[in-house]
Amino acid sequence: MGEPYKIVVGLEVHVQLLTKTKLFCGCLNQFGLPPNSATCPVCLGMPGTLPVMNRKAFELSLRAALALNCQIAGFTKWDRKNYYYPDLPKNFQTSQYDLPFSHDGFLEVNVHPDPKKGFTPKTVRIIRAHLEEDAGKSMHDDSGRGGDSKVDLNRTGTPLLEIVSHPDIETPEEAIAYLEEVRLMLRELGVSDCEMQEGSLRCDANVNIHVPQSDGSVHATPLVEIKNLNSFRSVGRAISYEAKRHAEEYARDPENFRIEHRLKTTAGWDDPKGVTVVQRHKEAAADYRYFPEPDLVPVIVSKDEVERVRAAMGELPSQQRTRLATQYGLTAYDAEVLTAKGRPMVAYFEEVAGILKDGKAAANRLSDLVYPALTDRREELAEFPLTPAAFAAFVGGTAALPKQDRGEVFKAMLDKGVTLDAAKALVGIQVFDESALRTAVQAAMAANPRAVADFKGGKDAAKMAILGGVMKANKGAPNDVVRRLLDEELAKA
Amino acid sequence: MSLELADVRKVAKLSRLEVSDADLTTMAAQLNRILDYVDALQEVNTDGVEPLAHPLPLQNVFRDDVPTPSLSVAEALANAPSRQGSHFGVPAVFDSDEPVSH
Ligand SMILES: [Zn+2]
Repeated sequence: MGEPYKIVVGLEVHVQLLTKTKLFCGCLNQFGLPPNSATCPVCLGMPGTLPVMNRKAFELSLRAALALNCQIAGFTKWDRKNYYYPDLPKNFQTSQYDLPFSHDGFLEVNVHPDPKKGFTPKTVRIIRAHLEEDAGKSMHDDSGRGGDSKVDLNRTGTPLLEIVSHPDIETPEEAIAYLEEVRLMLRELGVSDCEMQEGSLRCDANVNIHVPQSDGSVHATPLVEIKNLNSFRSVGRAISYEAKRHAEEYARDPENFRIEHRLKTTAGWDDPKGVTVVQRHKEAAADYRYFPEPDLVPVIVSKDEVERVRAAMGELPSQQRTRLATQYGLTAYDAEVLTAKGRPMVAYFEEVAGILKDGKAAANRLSDLVYPALTDRREELAEFPLTPAAFAAFVGGTAALPKQDRGEVFKAMLDKGVTLDAAKALVGIQVFDESALRTAVQAAMAANPRAVADFKGGKDAAKMAILGGVMKANKGAPNDVVRRLLDEELAKA
Repeated sequence: MSLELADVRKVAKLSRLEVSDADLTTMAAQLNRILDYVDALQEVNTDGVEPLAHPLPLQNVFRDDVPTPSLSVAEALANAPSRQGSHFGVPAVFDSDEPVSH
C-alpha cells in the first residue's frame, strides 16, 4: 500500500500426496527412509518397465481439485516433460501438459490487514491443478572442491499435485494467507501433510510489478520465478524484496525493464542473506519437448465419480467457518481461528458449546485457556487431559470468577489433575453449592416479604435489599449466581 | 518441414549429445528425410476424425495403493558407474544453463 506500483504474484504450489506407495509403482512413498531403499525398476527408469497409475493418488487429487472449486475434466492424459538431471533417471518427468485433470477453480482467503483481528475474504483464482511425479533428491558437495553430488531416488516417482494460481495475489501477506488456506484445506482433507520442512509442500512465486502511467496504461516488469522458498515467511520476504528490486530496475530503465523486452528469469531465494539470486533464463515450454506418455492410458472421469468424491470430502474450511458463525453466533474472526485449529478442535468446541448452550463463551474460553495451554504443554488436543464435558463444566462453574482466578483454577486442574471443586479449593476459592445458595435466597425472601412485595409492585431496587442480605450471609459467593437464583425465585414468588 | 543445422544443434544440446560439426550435417540430412517420411501422413484426409490421445482402446487402468517389495540398496545401485555410500554418485553440475528444479 502506498507504493506507486502494484505487486502481481502468482503461486505454483507442489504438494506430495498422502499415499502409501508411489505414483506408478508399489515402492513406499515415505519421508526419511534410508537412501535408495525405496526403488524398483519402474521408478529407476529401467528399460522395458511400465508404469501403472495409483488409484488413491488420482482420488486424492480429485478431492483437492474439488476443494479448490476446480472444474474436473472428463478426459485427462499424461505427457512426458523431457529434461536431463541426475535425480530424474528416466530423463523425463511424467506430468500433464495440455489436458490436466482439473482447471479453473478458486480459493477464498483472509486478506484482512491484521488477520489476527478480522476476516476480509478475497478470491484467488486457480488456473489448474495437475498430477505428476516427483524427482529424486540431489545433495551437492559443499566443500567447494567440486566433489561428486549424491543422488537419492527414494522420492523419484512419488505423487505430486501442482496447483497453479492466477496472478491475483497483490501483497506478501496475501501470498501467505493463500498458502495457509491451501495447507489447512489439504491437511483437513487428508490430501497432504504439507510439511514445508520435509518438502511435502513447496512453493514457487511468479512475481512482477505493474507501474501505472499517466495516460492510464500500465507498464509490467519482466516476470521472475522465485524458487527455494522454504517457509511461508520466506515467500513473503522474497516477494517484498523482488517487488522493490523491480521498482528500482524499472526506475533506472523504464523503456527496457519491461515484460515485452525480457525473457522470464528464474531466481533462487537466499534466506540468510534475504536476497534473490538470478539463476537462468527459463527454457521455453517447447524446450521440454512435451509429448503424450504412450505407457499410460487416459483417464475418463464421470459426473457420478465427481459427485461421489465430492460427497466423501466432508466440510471444507470455508464452509465450516460460515457454519460456525451462523450456528454458534461466532464472529468471522473467531470462526476462522477455530477452523484453522483443525477438525478435532472444532469437534471439541462443538461439544463444549452444545453442553454450555453458549458458543461464544466456549470459543472465548478455548482461546484464552485451551489454545495457550496446548502450546505451553506441547500437547496435541488428543492428549489434552480435559474432556469436552469436563471443560464445559469448568467454563460453567467458573463463569462468575475474575479472569485471573479462573486461569489459576484451570492451571490447577491441568497441572494437578484434579476436579473443578478440588482445583478451586487449591486456589483458595470457596466452593458454593448452588442448591445451598438457593436455600439461602429462599430464606432471605421469606424473611423479607415486604421487599418481595415491593419488587412485585414494580420497585426494582427492592431486589437489592434481598441480594445484599444473601451476600452478607455468604461471603465470597459468586454475585452473578446469587442474582440469577434470586431472579428465578422472585419470578416464582 | 526442413531442419536447419542450428535446430539440430539445439536438439542435440537439449538431449545432452555431443555431436561434431561433420556429424551434424549428416544428421540434419537424415532427420530431414525422417520428417519428410512422416509428412506423408499429412496427405491422409482426417476430416471428421477425432484426435486420439492413445492408440489403445483402454482407459482408467489403475492399481491399488498397496506396497510391493522394493529392490535392496545394493541391487538399486548395482548398475551405477559411481557411488557415494548408499547414494548414486554423479559429477557435480556447474553448467549455468542447467535446470535447478522443475
Ligand atoms: Zn518403484
